[in-house]
Amino acid sequence: MNIFSAIFVDPFAQMISAPDLLAQTVWEGLVGGVLYSLIALGFVLIYKASGVFNFAQGIMMVFAALTLVGLHEKGVPAWIALGLTIAIMYGLAVSIERLVLRPLVNQPDIILLMATFGITYFLIGLGELVFGGNPKTMITQELLLPSGAIDLSILGGTVTLQKLDIAAAGIALAMVAGLGIFFQKTRIGRALRAVADDHQAALSVGISLNQIWVVVWFAAGVVALATGIMWGARSDVSFALQVVALKALPVLILGGLTSIPGAIVGGLIIGVGEKMGEFYWGPLMGGGIERWLAYFIALAFLLFRPQGLFGERIIERI
Amino acid sequence: MFYREAGQFKTSYAADMAIFPIRQDRIGLAVILLVAFVAIPAFGDQFFLNTMMIPFLILSLAAIGLNLLTGYTGLLSLGSAGFMGVGAYACYKLQTYFPHVNVLIWIVVSGLASSVVGVFFGLPSLRIKGFYLVVATLAAQFFLEWAFARVPWLYNYNDSGAIEVSTATLFGVPITGPNATPATRYLVTLTLVTALAWIASNIVHGRIGRMWMAVRDMDIAAELIGIRLLRAKLLAFAVSSFYIGVAGAMMVFLWFGSAEPEAFDINLSFQLLFIIIIGGLGSILGAFLGAVIIHLMPIGLRALPALLGVKVAAATVEHLTFMTTGALIIIVLIVEPHGLARLWQTTKRKLRVWPFPY
Repeated sequence: MNIFSAIFVDPFAQMISAPDLLAQTVWEGLVGGVLYSLIALGFVLIYKASGVFNFAQGIMMVFAALTLVGLHEKGVPAWIALGLTIAIMYGLAVSIERLVLRPLVNQPDIILLMATFGITYFLIGLGELVFGGNPKTMITQELLLPSGAIDLSILGGTVTLQKLDIAAAGIALAMVAGLGIFFQKTRIGRALRAVADDHQAALSVGISLNQIWVVVWFAAGVVALATGIMWGARSDVSFALQVVALKALPVLILGGLTSIPGAIVGGLIIGVGEKMGEFYWGPLMGGGIERWLAYFIALAFLLFRPQGLFGERIIERI
Repeated sequence: MFYREAGQFKTSYAADMAIFPIRQDRIGLAVILLVAFVAIPAFGDQFFLNTMMIPFLILSLAAIGLNLLTGYTGLLSLGSAGFMGVGAYACYKLQTYFPHVNVLIWIVVSGLASSVVGVFFGLPSLRIKGFYLVVATLAAQFFLEWAFARVPWLYNYNDSGAIEVSTATLFGVPITGPNATPATRYLVTLTLVTALAWIASNIVHGRIGRMWMAVRDMDIAAELIGIRLLRAKLLAFAVSSFYIGVAGAMMVFLWFGSAEPEAFDINLSFQLLFIIIIGGLGSILGAFLGAVIIHLMPIGLRALPALLGVKVAAATVEHLTFMTTGALIIIVLIVEPHGLARLWQTTKRKLRVWPFPY
C-alpha cells in the first residue's frame, strides 16, 4: 500500500502543493525537449529525402560545434568562423554524397545505416585529430547569445528561466519555420518533397537525386551546427555530447520517422516526461532513471501507434 | 582448379544437405580446428591469447547470437550489450549462491537468465517493426545498464560496484580467476564457442532457421503460410539472448576477470552490430569474419606505426585508428554490401573455375 501511494499519490500531491517547482521542472523539460527536437529534425530531413537512417547526425552536431570553437581558438573571428564552419559542413555534405551515398545507392536500409556508423567513426577520429580531445567552451558571447537568467515570481515562488534557453527555443522555432517555408515554397523544397515521396518518379521528371542529397545533408549539417551551438553553450563541447544525440532516437521514433512536426512534438513529450519522471519518481528508484525513461516513454506510445505519432501509416501488402 | 568437387558423389539426401557438402571444406575446417585447438595454445604467447584470440572468440559468439536475431529473423537490436551483462551478472550471482557447482555449468545456465530478459524485451516486436523496434532494444540496453549500477544486490553489495571473478577449477586445473593461465582459458573458450557455433549452425539449417528466415523476408507472408509469428519471434529473442548471455558470462569469467557496469555500455552493442553487418547478415561464418575485422584489425592498426618505425603519439594513433576503422567500414560496404561471408562465397566460386572465367 505504501508503494502504491508513493507511486500514484505522493508525486501528484507534491506537484499540487508546490506549483512553482512543477513549473520549473516542466520548463526545463521543454527546453531539453527543444534541443532533442533539433537533433531529431536533422535525422528527419535526411530520412525523408534519402531514406537513410542517419546515425551520424549526433556526431555531425559535435563536429560542427567543435569546428566552430576550434577555428575561433586558432584566432579566426567568431562570425567568420561561423561562416567557415557552414562552408565546411557543405564540403562534408558533398563528400558524403560522393564517397558514401552514391556508391551505395539502392542498397537495403540497414547497409546505409551501417555506412553512417562508418561516417561517425571517421568524424570522431578526424575531429579529435584536428582539434584535440579535450572539452572546449562554446563562444556564446562572441555570437551575441544572451546569458544570465530571468526570475519570474509566479505561483507563489520563483521560476528561473535561463535567457540562453529562451534564445534556443526562439532559434528552434525560427529554424522550423524556415525549413517549413523552404519545403513548401521554394523550387528545391518542392523537389525535396518529390524525392521524399517517390525516388523513381522524381528521377523520371528530371530531378537530380545527387543534387538533392547534397542539399539535404547540407541542411542537416546546418541544423547540426545550430544544435551544437546550443548544446555546447549549456555544457562543454566534447565528444561526450554524442551520447545526448542517442536521446534523439526515441524522440524521432515517437514522432514518426518522416514528420517534422512529429520531431518537435516528440522532443517536447520526451523532454518534459523525462524531467518530471526523474524529479518526481526518480528518487523512488534510486535516481538516474533519466537515462532510460525516454526510451520507455517512446515504447509506451509506440505500442498504441506503431508508426509513431505523426508517421505515415504503414500499409503492408503481400 | 582448387575447389573442384568432381568425383565426390552423394548417395543420400542427408549427404546432399550437409552443411559442408564439399570435401575441401571439411578438410579446411579440420585444419582450422587443429590449428585452433593444438597450434595456437602451444605456440601463442600471452598477449596473443589474452588480447586477440579470447576476445575474438567471445565477440564472435555474441555476434552469432545477434545474427540469429538480426540476420536470420530480421529484428534489429541495439540491446546486445545489456543482454551480455545479464549473462555476466546471472553467472556471478549463481556462483555466489552455489560455489560448489562447476562454473562452466553456470556460464551456460546464465544464458537462460538472459533468455528470459530477452523474451520480455522482445514482446513489443510483435507490434513494432523495422527501425521502430530499435527503441525497444535501446530501452533494454539503457535500463539494464542502469540496473547493473544501481541495484546493489547484483554486485553483492561490495564497495567497488564491480564484480570480481574468483578462482574455479575443472579437474583440478584453474579455469577462471587470476590463477588460470591464458592457454587454459583460451581452450575453455574455444571449446564452448565451437560447440555453440555448431549448435547454432544446426538450428539455422533446420526447420527453426527456415521459419526465422521466412519471418525476416516478410512476416505477413510467413504468417499466411502457417508460421506462428509470436512463437517464431520470441524464440528468436530467446535463443539469441541465450547466446549473447553466455558470451557475456564468458567475457567476464574468461576474459576480463572482473567487470564494471560500463563494460556493457552501448558501444559494445554497436560493436556487435558492426561485426555482423561487416561479416554478413545471416551467416555464422560472417560472425567470425566480422570479428576479425572489428576486433583484430584495430589492434593491428595500433601496432602498425611501431612496426614501420614511425614515431607517432599514442593519441594520434588512436584517432587514426578511429578514422581508418570508419573508412574501412564504408569501403567494405561499397565493395560487398552483403558482407565478408558473401565475399568468401564469390571467391570460392572463382577459385573453382580458375584460371578460366567460366
